[in-house]
Amino acid sequence: MPDGTTNFEDTVALRAPSAIAAPAPATGPAREASIGVRERLFPRMAGALRRAPGRLIRTHAFRLAGLYFLVFAISVIGVLFFMYWASTDFIERQTEATLDAEVTGLAEQYAQRGLSGLVQIVSARTAGDRGDGMLYLVINPDGRPLAGNINGWPESVPTQSGSLAFQIEVRVKGRDETHPARGVLFAIPDGYRLLVGRDISDAATFRNRIKTTLLWSGLLALVLGLAGGALMSRNMLRRVEQVNRTAERVVAGHLSDRVPLRGSGDEFDQLAANLNGMLDQIERLMTGMREVTDNVAHDLKTPLARLRARLELALLGPDDAKERRGAIRAAIDEADRLLATFNALLNIAEAEASTRGNVGEPLDLGEVAQAVVELYEPVAEEQGIALHLDCTSPTPIRGDRHLLSQAVANLLDNAVKYGGAGDITVSAQCVDERAMLTVADRGPGVPEADRDGIFNRFVRLERSRSTPGNGLGLSLVRAVAHRHNGSVALADNHPGLRVCLDFPVYRLAA
Amino acid sequence: MKLLVIEDDRETAAYLIKGLGESGYTVDHSADGKDGLFLATSGSYDAIILDRMLPGIDGLTLLGGLRSSGNRTPALILSALGSVDDRVKGLRSGGDDYLVKPFAFSELLARIEVLLRRGAETPSVTRVRVADLELDLLSRSVRRGDKVIDLLPREFKLLEYMMRNAGNVVTRTMLLENVWDYHFDPQTNVIDVHISRLRQKIDKSFDRPLLHTVRGAGYCLRALD
Repeated sequence: MPDGTTNFEDTVALRAPSAIAAPAPATGPAREASIGVRERLFPRMAGALRRAPGRLIRTHAFRLAGLYFLVFAISVIGVLFFMYWASTDFIERQTEATLDAEVTGLAEQYAQRGLSGLVQIVSARTAGDRGDGMLYLVINPDGRPLAGNINGWPESVPTQSGSLAFQIEVRVKGRDETHPARGVLFAIPDGYRLLVGRDISDAATFRNRIKTTLLWSGLLALVLGLAGGALMSRNMLRRVEQVNRTAERVVAGHLSDRVPLRGSGDEFDQLAANLNGMLDQIERLMTGMREVTDNVAHDLKTPLARLRARLELALLGPDDAKERRGAIRAAIDEADRLLATFNALLNIAEAEASTRGNVGEPLDLGEVAQAVVELYEPVAEEQGIALHLDCTSPTPIRGDRHLLSQAVANLLDNAVKYGGAGDITVSAQCVDERAMLTVADRGPGVPEADRDGIFNRFVRLERSRSTPGNGLGLSLVRAVAHRHNGSVALADNHPGLRVCLDFPVYRLAA
Repeated sequence: MKLLVIEDDRETAAYLIKGLGESGYTVDHSADGKDGLFLATSGSYDAIILDRMLPGIDGLTLLGGLRSSGNRTPALILSALGSVDDRVKGLRSGGDDYLVKPFAFSELLARIEVLLRRGAETPSVTRVRVADLELDLLSRSVRRGDKVIDLLPREFKLLEYMMRNAGNVVTRTMLLENVWDYHFDPQTNVIDVHISRLRQKIDKSFDRPLLHTVRGAGYCLRALD
């Protein structure tokens, strides 16, 4: 039989949840201790907290952990409450079912064998302690017990039939105890009454045990949840922190820094991989830009130096008007060449800066090529080069006629300058929804190793250095191709060079 | 001939005023868009040369205002903005020609001459004549004296432009812009070769050459006396 200690535990356990739900404002050492724990769990947050207490609340991880904990706590409390309710309800139902069955049985006995039979059975059932906690009492109209294992009619029990709760005095191990009991009253005609009850102190003890168990396991779950949430958000914070640190270092100028990958392929790894890809691209562009800047500096400084030298010489030279005029004329020519280079650079930059895509008006690539061929035809002929044009089928694209013309003109210019004395063929045709423009010559061609680099600004092959030119022609061709969503490629013409430009075909919706 | 120069850069303006003055023009100058517009509407000029970026009112707005008030004085826009889009914008807002800075003075002179001529010419000409060279725009035929000359379509266009501007110097850039509608520098001497071909056809078997090369500037079609 349980003793009073259960009740004591009960109150303690009952007070515990309220302590969780509404913690008293921690002051003094208690508050310091709680911050200490947080510092260990959230190193970064602790830093934020030191800077400004409000900031910790604002960190996403803290809010997420808080929300997670709240949802978790509500579900744990809900589940435990349900378990408690379900088990106590079961015990109560069982007690009531037992009592009902007993009363029904005794009522049948009474109906068959009368009062004396009933008294007999009750006496038999109450002989000795059966340990099942069943209580019986039959009294006569005067209130005197005829049979049963209860000393007297309990005070709070009414005299009508029905189920009821009452208390009984029990002597356990030499001590008097008051136990709760449940019972059913059966009124027998002529003022006799039968009380069937059950000592439910065992059930109450059991219920308290469940309550205690559930409360402790709930507390454990909440503590685990809190710790789990803290760990999770700390982990997340650490990875965000890695990205932040890398970004800060990149901003500080360490362009080759990358966010470390874990190899798990999760969202953070994907984010890191994307950021790294972006950084690679930026670094590549920066390197390219630096090369261009170096080249620009070199290729614009050289003619500027020549220009300056010419003017200086003219100033220092003899006071001869004719010679001076010649020097000035040469200086102007030099300035014009510089301007041409400068303009070519601007054109390339402009073509490159525009967004890719279907820009411009619908036009026919073959017609563009034809017009440029016509412009260059006399020059070629003068140098004994036959310029063939092959564009019989339509090649509709969308584009900027001026830029495309300039690109074709640059290609023809190259072919006439470096293509030797052989024929030049310009052709335009559609292949697999791509409009292709090819300029092919019979010259020495371009070695395979040089084919990529030759598109870069100011790159000129060794043998072409003696001829005038700025090394920007193919750069513009490439920029124009890219602007029109197209590409440019160099190939061997066996012998000679073949430059192929291709663009997406544009067809008007029928 | 009276010109109005609207240019805020003092050095460029001085260079223009001096050069145009020496070429025989009377030049008025304004360094500010508002004053420029006032001068352009009040004075009677044969042509206006204006910078695109001006304090007060910018060049294009100025031109737009001028045109909407009915003033049709030929205008040449000077600008450092040289892309095709910029050019188109300039011409749409009422400019008659567009010259990208920096430029050769000879180029500017040639263009001004063409502009002045365009202002004076009657638009519905069907037949152009220079000495004994005759170009018929309707039948698209060319004859010199009593000899018919066969020209390719582009050669016809080239000759037409030269003849319409007969007596004036036309530069290679002007030819490229007006005959071919290209606004880039082809690096190679493509225009020279086209001119020499044309010269072969119209001058070769005749005593008096009509198509002349002007050194350092361009070409000129005229009958030398």
